[in-house]
Amino acid sequence: MRVTAVAQSRMLPVRRHLLTRYLLVLGFVLFAALANPASSRAQSLADALSGLIGSDPKAAATALAASDDDKAKAALAALMQGKLYKRLSDDAVVIAEPDGDDFVITNAATGDVEDMLKAADIEAIALDDSVKAELAAAGVSAEAKDDTPADFAAAVNGLIADSFAAKGKAIEYLTGLSDPRAVPVLRALADGRLFTRKTDGAVVIAERSGNEQSLLLATTLESAGNASNAELDPVVVNNNLRIALRESVARLGLLSPDAGLRRDAARALLGNATPDAVALLREIWPKETNAAAKATMGRALAAADLADPATDKNRKIAAVDTLSGATDLQVRSLLQGRLAQEQDADVKAALEAGLKSVQRKLSVIGWVANLFQGISLGSVLLLAAIGLAITFGVMGVINMAHGEMIMLGAYSTYVVQEIFRAFLPPNLFDLYLVAALPVAFLVAATVGVGIERGVIRFLYGRPLETMLATWGISLMLQQAVRSVFGAPNKEVANPSWMTGSFELIGGFDITWNRLIIIVFCFLVLGLIALILRRTEFGLHMRAVTQNRAMASVMGIPTARVDALTFALGSGIAGMGGVALSQIGNVSPNLGTIYIVDSFLVVVFGGVGSLMGTLVGAMSLGVINKILEPVAGAVLGKVVVLVAIILFIQKRPRGLFAAKGRSADA
Amino acid sequence: MGRFLKTVAAVSLAVAGFAGVAQAQDTIKVGVLHSLSGTMAISETTLKDTVLMMVDDLNKKGGLLGKKVEAVVVDPASNWPLFAEKARELISKEKVSVVFGCWTSVSRKSVLPVFEELNSLLFYPVQYEGEESSRNVFYTGAAPNQQAIPAVEYLMSKEGGEVKRWVLAGTDYVYPRTTNKILESFLKSKGVKQEDIMINYTPFGHSDWQTIVADIKKFGAAGKKTAVVSTINGDANVPFYKELANAGIKASDIPVVAFSVGEEELAGIDTSNLVGHLAAWNYFQSVKSPVNDAFIKQWQTFIKSPKRVTNDPMEATYIGFKMWTQAVQQAGTADVNAVRQAMYGQKVRAPGGFVSVMNTNHHLSKPVYIGEIRPDGQFNVVWKTKGPVKADAWSKFIPESAKLTADWTYPWVCGNCEKPKFN
Repeated sequence: MRVTAVAQSRMLPVRRHLLTRYLLVLGFVLFAALANPASSRAQSLADALSGLIGSDPKAAATALAASDDDKAKAALAALMQGKLYKRLSDDAVVIAEPDGDDFVITNAATGDVEDMLKAADIEAIALDDSVKAELAAAGVSAEAKDDTPADFAAAVNGLIADSFAAKGKAIEYLTGLSDPRAVPVLRALADGRLFTRKTDGAVVIAERSGNEQSLLLATTLESAGNASNAELDPVVVNNNLRIALRESVARLGLLSPDAGLRRDAARALLGNATPDAVALLREIWPKETNAAAKATMGRALAAADLADPATDKNRKIAAVDTLSGATDLQVRSLLQGRLAQEQDADVKAALEAGLKSVQRKLSVIGWVANLFQGISLGSVLLLAAIGLAITFGVMGVINMAHGEMIMLGAYSTYVVQEIFRAFLPPNLFDLYLVAALPVAFLVAATVGVGIERGVIRFLYGRPLETMLATWGISLMLQQAVRSVFGAPNKEVANPSWMTGSFELIGGFDITWNRLIIIVFCFLVLGLIALILRRTEFGLHMRAVTQNRAMASVMGIPTARVDALTFALGSGIAGMGGVALSQIGNVSPNLGTIYIVDSFLVVVFGGVGSLMGTLVGAMSLGVINKILEPVAGAVLGKVVVLVAIILFIQKRPRGLFAAKGRSADA
Repeated sequence: MGRFLKTVAAVSLAVAGFAGVAQAQDTIKVGVLHSLSGTMAISETTLKDTVLMMVDDLNKKGGLLGKKVEAVVVDPASNWPLFAEKARELISKEKVSVVFGCWTSVSRKSVLPVFEELNSLLFYPVQYEGEESSRNVFYTGAAPNQQAIPAVEYLMSKEGGEVKRWVLAGTDYVYPRTTNKILESFLKSKGVKQEDIMINYTPFGHSDWQTIVADIKKFGAAGKKTAVVSTINGDANVPFYKELANAGIKASDIPVVAFSVGEEELAGIDTSNLVGHLAAWNYFQSVKSPVNDAFIKQWQTFIKSPKRVTNDPMEATYIGFKMWTQAVQQAGTADVNAVRQAMYGQKVRAPGGFVSVMNTNHHLSKPVYIGEIRPDGQFNVVWKTKGPVKADAWSKFIPESAKLTADWTYPWVCGNCEKPKFN
């Protein structure tokens, strides 16, 4: 400190001398600016810049220093930092920021980012040391003023830089402030929700609300009203920056009062922590009170120990021990990576043993995961096939339009979602799926009754004609939907309670939407079983299934039972559509994807048996999922199909054949 | 008086009728061969509308060579043999001067013999596997070196994350298989080992991605930076991306770069969990250029919806149509041979920025963009080539193809020759 003070006082006279010269130049510039403000300023800037590569660079630099133009200041700062170059192609003066092997080129005269160039395409503009010293004495520092934002708000505004490299610096700086307010801003940046508002250039965080975006000022985190997409300009990042962002968010997250967040933060740091983050971890680890968070932090520290070549042997072996207690794909990859690089034989042996134990645990988990995926696929098949099992079982009608009932259910979901988005407050949006269930049921059931009353009832007992007629209906429904909603897919959002996953045990994630669909599917199955066994309508239905003629003689209105059965079957398919809209696409072809699989399930499980449908769907799902990793998706399907054909040769009525005298009536 | 009026009415009707006939003879017919029903309707309907928009615009500006342009639309219903039948109908019965159509490679292969036999012109607007150059087709979509190779090079670069391990996932048909063959030999030429490449094919419309996504996760957890190169086509993309999002695979862990996913496909997905995954195209709706602004405005006005998006095959259709009109004006006739000759070197200022040029191998020079998915279903351009890239009809990375040259001008006059025909 003292040295600088002395240096400054010694340079004072020089500064005064320069000051008078500046005043002269400034006066001239001001005069010129008054005469023709905009263009003359640009002209003087251009002159000063071209002067830098001319005969008198010193005068040009002084002229630059005198200007109050932001572009001139930026050019001068670049000059002092050695970032000012001459572009060889057109002799333009440019500011070049290194970005990987290339340079991002900004035209110094216009301030526009123009292109990327190799080092060979540009030539540095060097400045005499004496000139440099003079300029430095005049208070022009090598640090550009913008590089040291004073506070949080300025740091946030720094994020809207032109090059990815500059953005990276801004992120680092913002993280360095250790301000918890930075977390939502950095997270929004990583998720692509950070924008600049075109009207005033303010940096805002946007959250979708209905058809608009609700805004939050990033600098203060205060609400800033709503805006449409057209009024916002996104702040672009790339995946490299996103990795840096994740690390930053994690580092800040370690200081969070929420134990869950601290644990997530430690997880994110596993194997890729920077020295800063490791230091922070070491500091807070002993003080951590939450056991799960502490274990995760311990693992992150162990990983850092392993990666550090300075760690001694025993500590490394201890670190391997800590790590091999985990069941995590990330830990496995970490151990594998270390094994390839480790030199010491003892540590190597420890690594191998640790890796083996992690592998063993992971392969068990792999099987559990396969089973879960199989059940999940089975539940989807079951939802698609259940309605078919009812109509096919009770009425013997091969309904090729069944898939379209699923599709109608999915489109009902879409319509309900759009209504929620347009008319209801955003906090109710998550409930749209619940509201969609009865709507989908009613829509599909109504169309189902229409088909039954309008077409199928005239064709009872003629399966071929029924098949052809319902196939025709299915094509008509597809094209109708295409005409009304258009051919492209429709977006159906997962409500927040169906998004994401949770980790049951390390390395095995269960996604919420799959789990909820499994539960939903069993609820539907239970509901149908209840209707069949406990209600009068169910009794009638079963009577008609067993012997239509006798049931009719007993006074059961078979025509009405037929219509209601068809409505029930179609309605259930519609509800299946609601569930399927959450995992697949909503397009006019949705039904055709599931119709073949549904028939397979029904035929395999046994016609007319709920139990058969359940067992059929689940076993098909699990078999498919066990075969898929071995044989691949295409061959797996072929194998399943061939197996079913062979199975049907042996048991033509499927797994659970209906028994009784009239079963084939 | 009443009788007189009647006569006048009859005569004027007759005249109007004749005029109608006369006008009908005075039109230039343009065939549109895109599926409007079946699986491919989802993508192809938009291209039909794009051609109709261009025709409408052309007629408003006074038509072509003083004649009105009339679009003849047929529906090949996603049925490959039907494509060939409908193509024959358009050329022989409707006598169209040019056809804009096809999406899948299999449909193009199916109509190819018809166009060659009847010597007509097809403008094919979709990115494809290359390895073809017909005298009767102008390919305005990207060849692999204009899409697949730059995308992989980007991911290998420092900026793209220095990817070392690759999953090539595709739908099981000719485009993904050929593209992956090219990519595999390209990757090996860059020193990637066999064990660092995983190739996976799934059937059309595959809907249950749990196992494959879990496999990708496992493959990516081997300690090296991993990326997925997706040639998954059509409907299968939505469940694939949904599964990715739910399995928690973020773009910063394992980025997915797709060649068949654009703005139109993303319109069917909630993209907030997909931010950062990539796509490589020659055009994005978010590209900032005056031509693009005008193009988007023209499209949204024509389709009467401010929500409809534009995409790369639409831009390719736009370029193809503009080039064809310029070629017809230059040739002074819509005759196939004259127009073909006038096509070479034809330039169009494209919505994707830069000027696209038609080369003598019947493919375009176009810029390549890498975009990242945004939460609103659009793309942010994160990388682009410095200028237009010339398409290779035959890939340099397949040994048999590297020897072949496509050049339809003298002295080559050939789509797949090792030596010029005339010398």
